[in-house]
Amino acid sequence: MSNDITQNEALQEYLLRLADSDMILGQRLCELCGKAPALEEEMALMNVALDLVGQARNWYEYAAELLDDGRSADDLAFRRDAQYYRNALMVEQPNGDYAVTMARQFFFDAWHYFTLQALTKAPDERIASIAAKATKESQYHLRRSSEWVRRLGDGTEESHERMQAAVDDLWRFTGDMIEADEVERQMFEAGIGPDPEQLVADWKGLVNEVLTEATLTPPPEGAWMYRGAKEGHHTEHLGFILAEMQFLPRAYPDAKTW
Amino acid sequence: MYAQLVETGAKRLKTLEEMSPEEREFQMKVDAETKIEAKNWMPEGYRKTLVRQMSQHAHSEVVGMLPEGNWVTRAPTLKRKLQLMAKIQDEAGHGLYLYSAMETLGADRDEEIDKLHEGKVKYSSIFNYPTLSWADMGTVGWLVDGAAIVNQVVLQRTSYGPYSRAMIRICKEESFHQRQGYQILLDMMREGTEEQKQMVQDSINRFWWPALMMFGPSDADSPNSQQSMAWKIKRKSNDELRQMFIDQTVPQLEFLGCTAPDPDLKWNDERGHYDFGEIDWQEFYEVLKGNGPCNKERIETRKNAINGGAWVREAAKAYAEKQQQKQQNAA
Repeated sequence: MSNDITQNEALQEYLLRLADSDMILGQRLCELCGKAPALEEEMALMNVALDLVGQARNWYEYAAELLDDGRSADDLAFRRDAQYYRNALMVEQPNGDYAVTMARQFFFDAWHYFTLQALTKAPDERIASIAAKATKESQYHLRRSSEWVRRLGDGTEESHERMQAAVDDLWRFTGDMIEADEVERQMFEAGIGPDPEQLVADWKGLVNEVLTEATLTPPPEGAWMYRGAKEGHHTEHLGFILAEMQFLPRAYPDAKTW
Repeated sequence: MYAQLVETGAKRLKTLEEMSPEEREFQMKVDAETKIEAKNWMPEGYRKTLVRQMSQHAHSEVVGMLPEGNWVTRAPTLKRKLQLMAKIQDEAGHGLYLYSAMETLGADRDEEIDKLHEGKVKYSSIFNYPTLSWADMGTVGWLVDGAAIVNQVVLQRTSYGPYSRAMIRICKEESFHQRQGYQILLDMMREGTEEQKQMVQDSINRFWWPALMMFGPSDADSPNSQQSMAWKIKRKSNDELRQMFIDQTVPQLEFLGCTAPDPDLKWNDERGHYDFGEIDWQEFYEVLKGNGPCNKERIETRKNAINGGAWVREAAKAYAEKQQQKQQNAA
């Protein structure tokens, strides 16, 4: 990002980040269809995925209006390649076992919830109203995923080991998600986005609390963080996610309707 | 509906005179259209038949998520993706609801699922066919849910109270799914490219006959139907239901501008019904036996989900016990 982006450009970028993270995590959860460890989880995973893709649609629609370059919400979701995607690295990580699925969800939900909460106070009414609905959904997601971190962390020996491994593996992607760059700082200054320092503090506070309750060891402070999503530098996974997700619009570019 | 060839254990119907006093009272209640409830006395055969039918139905809802799960990651627009996700979620809900209704009969969900995974019980043959294109998401909604509705609408009047009530609730959602499915096809036929139109016709060609097979064998080869009908677990014969389905579906097919892969399909003025060709019963029985294109994959996927998730469920149980212990200690 250059230093002289306008606030409108920053907002477009910011909306795409929100939308893309929702979309990609929703997509990952869709992959689990029919594969959950219990029928109740099948329902819950699809429920969360529905919320996320629904939120993504709302953000994409607003972003498309602001971009005003002829692209629709669907175009933004289904016709942008990985380098233009702005989702957090966290959400593109594979589902792994259920510990990975739930640790990823929890790390994201904690960030998502605090972010959305701040967005409900945005002076931009469109943002505030989307965030108001999304916050309620996110609150439920967070309650659910934090409960699973506790269950698996403090369940059996096997589940504890798996959850600890999941936390350790995914930790390197948390920095990219929670730490602000220039766009996010600009959003804060405009009174839209969360206070970057407060967000990190809230996230770390909650994550530490839940991990401790779950008898898990939080990874050390200052651990190396893998970054790049905010500039479109992703892990290798995103390309495959998009190849699958965007297959039809790409294979049938002339199709106007589906 | 998703139950085919449900065994009743009865070789022939008993007359009222041959029945025990309890049985007679039960049958009279059924004949008078009084719903049987969980706590009422019921013949063992009735109970077992219902468990078989309801578990088969519940399994079908759950296995039925898989052919749609195959496309949910590739849905072409945000709207279609959300619709498909909601449909799949409804199906998981139907499965849960039906398992609960089944458990009122003293059956156990986990045991019944084990039987499914061991190949001892069935789910609807339709879900052993692959979904090969996006149009299949339309066709499955339209034809498969459509066929299910024909059966389930009748089952709203089934004699067992909890099953009947489950059907009333489920039918509402299924009708919604069917309309959505049809809309997918209609949009592609009306505004789609030539390739999309071909995708729709190809999908109908593949699903037409399997959808007709969903009603089970013809009445002549349906040995268990008579007892199920007397118990009012079943309310109309397989052939009657199949005819109803065809009669209501052909005009919809024509409205789409598509054709069925059946040269014998034509309106018969005398009968007031559509005539149709002979179903390939050999294929039907082979698919039921496990030789369909996807039988193996479907069961493998379900087994992996449940077996692979055993550690998760154990952990949840262990955690709940620990929490309970903590609460007791604190009290």
